[in-house]
Amino acid sequence: MSEPLTCDVVVVGAGMTGAACALYAARAGLAVTVVDRGPVAGGTTGAGEGNLLVSDKAPGPELELALLSNRLWAQVAQELGRPVEYEAKGGLVVAENPETLDGLRRFADTQRAAGVTADPVPADRLHDLEPRLAPGLAGGVRYPQDAQVMPALAAAHLLRASGARLLTGREVTRVLRTADGAVRGVRTDRGDLHAPAVVNAAGTWGGELAARAGVSLPVLPRRGFVLVTEPLPPRVRHKVYAADYVADVASDSAALQTSPVVEGTAAGPVLIGASRERVGFDRSLSLPAVRALAAGATRLFPFLSGVRALRAYAGFRPYLPDHLPAIGPDPRAPGLFHACGHEGAGIGLATGTGLLIAQALTGGTPELDLTPFRPDRFPRTTKEAEQ
Amino acid sequence: MRTDLAVIGAGPAGLAAALAADRRGLRVALVDAAPEPGGQFYRQPAAGLRAERPQALHHQWRTWVGLRDRLATSSVRVLSEHHVWCVERTPDGPAVHALLGPEQEKPAEVRATAVLLATGGYETVLPFPGWTLPGVVTAGGAQAMLKGGLVVPGRTAVVAGTGPLLLPVATGLAAAGVRVAALVESADPGRLLRHAGALAGKLPEGAGYAARLLRHRVPFLARHTVVRAHGDTRLTGVTVAALDAHGRVRPGTERRLPCDTLAVSHGMLPHTDLAESLGCRLDGLTVAVDAEQRTDVPGVWAAGEATGVGGAALALAEGHIAGRSIAARLRGTVPDPGEWAPAARARARMRGYAAALDAAYAPPAHWTDRVTDDTVVCRCEEVTAGTVREALALGAGDARTVKLLTRAGMGWCQGRMCEPAVAGLAGCEPAPSRRPFARPVPLGVLAEQHEQHTERGPS
Repeated sequence: MSEPLTCDVVVVGAGMTGAACALYAARAGLAVTVVDRGPVAGGTTGAGEGNLLVSDKAPGPELELALLSNRLWAQVAQELGRPVEYEAKGGLVVAENPETLDGLRRFADTQRAAGVTADPVPADRLHDLEPRLAPGLAGGVRYPQDAQVMPALAAAHLLRASGARLLTGREVTRVLRTADGAVRGVRTDRGDLHAPAVVNAAGTWGGELAARAGVSLPVLPRRGFVLVTEPLPPRVRHKVYAADYVADVASDSAALQTSPVVEGTAAGPVLIGASRERVGFDRSLSLPAVRALAAGATRLFPFLSGVRALRAYAGFRPYLPDHLPAIGPDPRAPGLFHACGHEGAGIGLATGTGLLIAQALTGGTPELDLTPFRPDRFPRTTKEAEQ
Repeated sequence: MRTDLAVIGAGPAGLAAALAADRRGLRVALVDAAPEPGGQFYRQPAAGLRAERPQALHHQWRTWVGLRDRLATSSVRVLSEHHVWCVERTPDGPAVHALLGPEQEKPAEVRATAVLLATGGYETVLPFPGWTLPGVVTAGGAQAMLKGGLVVPGRTAVVAGTGPLLLPVATGLAAAGVRVAALVESADPGRLLRHAGALAGKLPEGAGYAARLLRHRVPFLARHTVVRAHGDTRLTGVTVAALDAHGRVRPGTERRLPCDTLAVSHGMLPHTDLAESLGCRLDGLTVAVDAEQRTDVPGVWAAGEATGVGGAALALAEGHIAGRSIAARLRGTVPDPGEWAPAARARARMRGYAAALDAAYAPPAHWTDRVTDDTVVCRCEEVTAGTVREALALGAGDARTVKLLTRAGMGWCQGRMCEPAVAGLAGCEPAPSRRPFARPVPLGVLAEQHEQHTERGPS
């Protein structure tokens, strides 16, 4: 079975990133078909907390993308209204001791220079913002731009708003290419879809989809658990997490390590996420990971000790070796565009990614320089080198 | 504490296994959430109620007395009011994590060489308009009230739904003095006859129930269903209607029955949460076991309803086999199945009955048609059928995505109640859902374990 050329672009993946690509591509005037082997939001989108964070990002291309996405999210939320459960609640990063606070403040200075709003909060004002925080903290930084959406609802409603044709339960088995290498559509387990452009928004499956187009993209899964408590009246107002600033003076490199993000939700439960483990696609419960989340959360908010966890769920963040996503055209396969590998920040970075992809699809000048996100930036695999 | 065998669940399967293993010299801990052993089937009235004839409410009372007396003289350590939330695989064998007492706050841990999952099953109730009214109870709940509290749920009751549980509930309520206005069974009794061969051994039991229904003048409405429960603040009556061969309501057959209690049940589902977080292979909705009741995870056995709903006699046989297998395996020997041949024969026979009953009793094919958009499906999160249908229109193709888009199944009961309903509305087969915690666990308990494990250092 084969279908005539009925659309301008096929987006592979009905998660948050695919939904945003569909929305902006449709708004740029393109006819879009979204295809997914599972249902809407069936992968990483359905397993995350819906963080739209700028606070955890150091100056650089990812932060620029986060700031762009942040502005776009506010617009999208205004257009779509309540169903996506957007909340501009702001983030609060706290430090347990003066040394960590020092590091956090210096980190915030660099972010501020890059356009982030980051307000220092002295120790004696922390409880004005979060009355139930543990006592004895050294201080913190407030990030009003941090926000939240309900990711599965957001993906479903963005897809609906895009007006794209949605084909779920349909697996792409091959990306079709012409004799001279250009993309001409996809083959699925239920027929071909012909289009001059294909967007790889397949999340953790993005590496596999790239391979089905004949190119390599080293997307790997990184497991995370999220703990969900019983529903509570609003007690945690911001996205709250602790900074453990580890400065390695000798190497002049610095890394910000964080404890779990604790936040309330519109529906009542407090979410505690998320752990990071590289264990492949193993979904079984890791009690050590869940215990560490609980320990981190109760240290920040002692009242949580008596609150019950109802469930924990695992998700897989799709990451690339340099921890930046792949966004933009693939010069190895003209007509193939990538929008995957956002690791744990995919919901937050989705809108910016969608806009950049739409601009690339229509030949416009992208809002951001796509060079750091080039999909062909990784060394060729041995197999490719042989070819 | 450390033991050879931890049995989780003190119903028929767990009791039989614990006694069989104890007799063969194993140290056994019998872990159960209730204050007294017995499980749902042998649920006992609290001692404080001083019941004079609790046997009046029970079948197989002699079997229970035998088990109870053997337990009293055994070395089995009974750990009651232990609510197990997880069984963890550790290098030294399974670790059973429980919460103690009625508040379920204090942690307890049992380390064992082997664990038997005898976690039983729970009732399925499918939604219909009015099913959340006070006065609507599960059939098993009505039975538990009778057996455990010696109280009757109301004065006039309708017992409805489908499955073999409805008969003992209707006769039990009638015997306790409740007027049973009707037993409403959606299945066709003719279908039972098709399995008469397999059910031959069950016929005397069935005949006994029929006689008791007659004696108590309980009208039996086969191929009927409750269309709606009525009442403002509590139940005042139900509308019942006849079903055609396709499971649709036959127009013009609706009639109203006044009642203050509706006991409803649509069958049983196995409890598989602990098995799943241990990584045991499931066969459909049940824990997969071999002829010795072993799961595919070393050191983990399963018996009773968790491995397939089939009633107390089947659970006893499976538990007995599991206990003997565990005793042999823990001694490092290969058990001889010939030693438990009578139990194996009983198991085969009972599994035959269960399969025949399962084929005969099923909710009517078109039950979802009668669920109006304003009917609450998920009671914990107050999600209506209309909201579920909207999610399906948004692109949710399965129960998991419906849950993500609507929060159905995300509340206290974690979907135990609404999952079959959501799957039915989504038009897909019910699938086992992952519940890493078999019950809610305080974050403080988890955090404390983190400290302990971290202090122990890398091993």
